[in-house]
Amino acid sequence: MGPVPVTYYIALSAILFTIGALGVLIRRNALIIFMSVELMLNSANLAFVAFANTYQQLNGQIIVFFVIAVAAAEVAVGLALIVAIFKTKHSIDVDQMSSLKG
Amino acid sequence: MSVDLILFFVLALVAVAAAIGMLVSQNAIYSALFLVINFATVAVFYLLLGAPFIAMAQITVYAGAIMVLFLFVIMLLGAEKLAPGKVLRYQRPLAISLAIVLVAEAAYLLIARVQSTAAIVPPTEATNTVDAMRELGMALFSDYLLPFEVTSILLLVAMVGAIVLTKREKGEQ
Repeated sequence: MGPVPVTYYIALSAILFTIGALGVLIRRNALIIFMSVELMLNSANLAFVAFANTYQQLNGQIIVFFVIAVAAAEVAVGLALIVAIFKTKHSIDVDQMSSLKG
Repeated sequence: MSVDLILFFVLALVAVAAAIGMLVSQNAIYSALFLVINFATVAVFYLLLGAPFIAMAQITVYAGAIMVLFLFVIMLLGAEKLAPGKVLRYQRPLAISLAIVLVAEAAYLLIARVQSTAAIVPPTEATNTVDAMRELGMALFSDYLLPFEVTSILLLVAMVGAIVLTKREKGEQ
């Protein structure tokens, strides 16, 4: 047994993605749901880099670079939304955000 | 067992344990710190996969900027813990069973369908040189120039959006 097979990395990526999806489904805290989304993005990045290594192509790494940039933008807007919601509701429980009327 | 495999399994264990720690922590601060551990181990994976630039971007952008922003917002809102409210009853078992289905599907695809015997190419001396970095930069500024420029506009839009969303409106306390 020598080098690590690429399927191990893909399996790890799948496990991390599932934990992130589980976090989105079972937590009520909006911040932790948001962190779980980051975890899912991150696991997809891991799969991209693993395949970039297997095929010895740079394209996978460049996609990951763009995903990181988009994640940074997403976090800035998402956290601003959470702060705005907290100002009106005084809570970040997603169960409380059920009404469309401010 | 080669060193690479041992390294992979130890790091994978740390990454999965940190992810589960994030999932079950009641305090949002602990969740954020567990996520930093997870991002750091993923950065080590990137180094093992011969992507030093992405590893450094992961550390500075994810573990640095994004998680500091998270911690800042958690402490600003004082929202470490939620007030005990009505508990999700049927969602939790449903979500866990759906997650098990998702993992089973992924395992089926990987074990039964993918007949790949491709192995990871360990990083060599050449992957950590300036030449490899230059190659990445050349690809970014030639083939991917348009997406790169669009990303800069996206970051500007995000910045303006964040300011507009948190701005105090006229007449508001």
